[in-house]
Amino acid sequence: MVQFTDVFKSYENGTKALRGISFTINDGEFVFLVGPSGSGKTTIIKLLTGEIAPTDGTVMVNDYNLGTMRFSKMPYMRRTLGVVFQDYRLIEDKTVYENVAFAMRVIGASGKEIRRRVPYVLELVGLDTRTRRRPQELSGGEQQRVAIARALVNNPKLIIADEPTGNLDPARSLEIMMLLQKINELGTTVLVVTHEKELVESFSKRVIAIDAGKIISDGMDGYYSYER
Amino acid sequence: MRGNRFGYYIREGVSSIFNHGFMSFASVCIIVACLLIMGSFTLLALNVDNVIDTMESQNELMAFVDDSLTEEQGRALESAIEAIPNVDRAVFITRDRAWEDFVETYENPRFFEGLDSSVTRDRYVVYLDDISRMEETYEALTHVEGIAWVRAHLEISQGFVRIRNVVTLVSMGLVAVLFVISLFIMSNTIKLTTFERRDEIAIMKMVGATSTFIRWPFVVQGLILGLIGSLVSFTMEWGLYQLLAQQLISGAGISFLSVIPFYKVSIPILIAFGVVGLGVGVIGSSLAIKNYLKV
Repeated sequence: MVQFTDVFKSYENGTKALRGISFTINDGEFVFLVGPSGSGKTTIIKLLTGEIAPTDGTVMVNDYNLGTMRFSKMPYMRRTLGVVFQDYRLIEDKTVYENVAFAMRVIGASGKEIRRRVPYVLELVGLDTRTRRRPQELSGGEQQRVAIARALVNNPKLIIADEPTGNLDPARSLEIMMLLQKINELGTTVLVVTHEKELVESFSKRVIAIDAGKIISDGMDGYYSYER
Repeated sequence: MRGNRFGYYIREGVSSIFNHGFMSFASVCIIVACLLIMGSFTLLALNVDNVIDTMESQNELMAFVDDSLTEEQGRALESAIEAIPNVDRAVFITRDRAWEDFVETYENPRFFEGLDSSVTRDRYVVYLDDISRMEETYEALTHVEGIAWVRAHLEISQGFVRIRNVVTLVSMGLVAVLFVISLFIMSNTIKLTTFERRDEIAIMKMVGATSTFIRWPFVVQGLILGLIGSLVSFTMEWGLYQLLAQQLISGAGISFLSVIPFYKVSIPILIAFGVVGLGVGVIGSSLAIKNYLKV
């Protein structure tokens, strides 16, 4: 579960990125976070992943209070998250299998666990026939699937996808969104940050819209209040 | 699991050394160069110390007994002299013995015709524990009742002390400077590796790897480079020292110098090289990776 309570965030240069934001995302939800550039979307992601701390207010992620939590606990909080980026962030000299297995290995999973879990996740994202390929041998959509598999492999409670379709054509974008929806249906909470209006409107999901560091709408009816 | 991780650290550390072969080679060379200079100055300091120790043991004070005292009364002063701090031992020499020794040093005994031992005094040869405290011992001896006067080569003792202090200071300064240089180079080598792998490190942080897990492969890399550097430099130091020692011993004009055999100092030198090499490797790599672990 994610809970923002009256969260403010100001940067050292004086920028006020968030101005008293409050929202809750319950377990199992699928939520779009939308807003223009500079609206505070990236700040929210950074707060969720513990890269930055709030200036004021409370950020709770999967039972961890990020404002008061000790830094040494941060890795354990991050293991409850899976993060997907627009630019995929895959390791170029590792194969598809190794990229996904790497995420398990670095948190100390055994070889047996890795051999059991990785093929399952690669099959789930439709890459079971591409395991020995390297990222540069894959299409953008396939690379994003690898990134989703890597985010998913440690069985996180929450997947945060930051503009996951930003580098893809409409057909591939839809495929990725369908995949994220499938993952959500399997029980994982999904938060998708995007500014692609058409994509958001294709799904009847909860949409949180922010602008200038404030929530301007939060609804379940697919309404997308932000207009550029 | 723990065994798995240990294997992972070793594999990653070793593969990183080969992936950055030139920089690894450069850091080993720098460590070797620094350790060789450090080791050479340490060995020089040890040898200077050894030579000074030998000279010190030959540099004694001469305390002359008052003429008014009989030989028995003179001998009785021994305990008073040996009670003075810094006096190792005092050897009584009668005026007759002193006269004989003096005459023996000259080839022509006719120089001393008409003279006898009455022109000399009974005396003590006083050996010291620490030559640097000669002046205070000299002062104390002059205050012993029954001692007429004391002869001491204070300028020689001060010279020895000065040489030893200078060599020790220079060696310590060099060791410190070279340690910092090695640390800097090692840290930069590992920094290059970490820079190349910054995306990988970011992914590791993102998926929840602990700082320890991220740091260890780099520490292992530094540790191995440091270890290789210390072993290579130890072997080279050994060879160089043997070569120089032989030349010094066989060299004309300086054959009076005694050189400490390498086997007598090899264990401390090996330990020191190991500690410095590993220290440089581990501290250097830890410094290099520090910034990447803050997020």
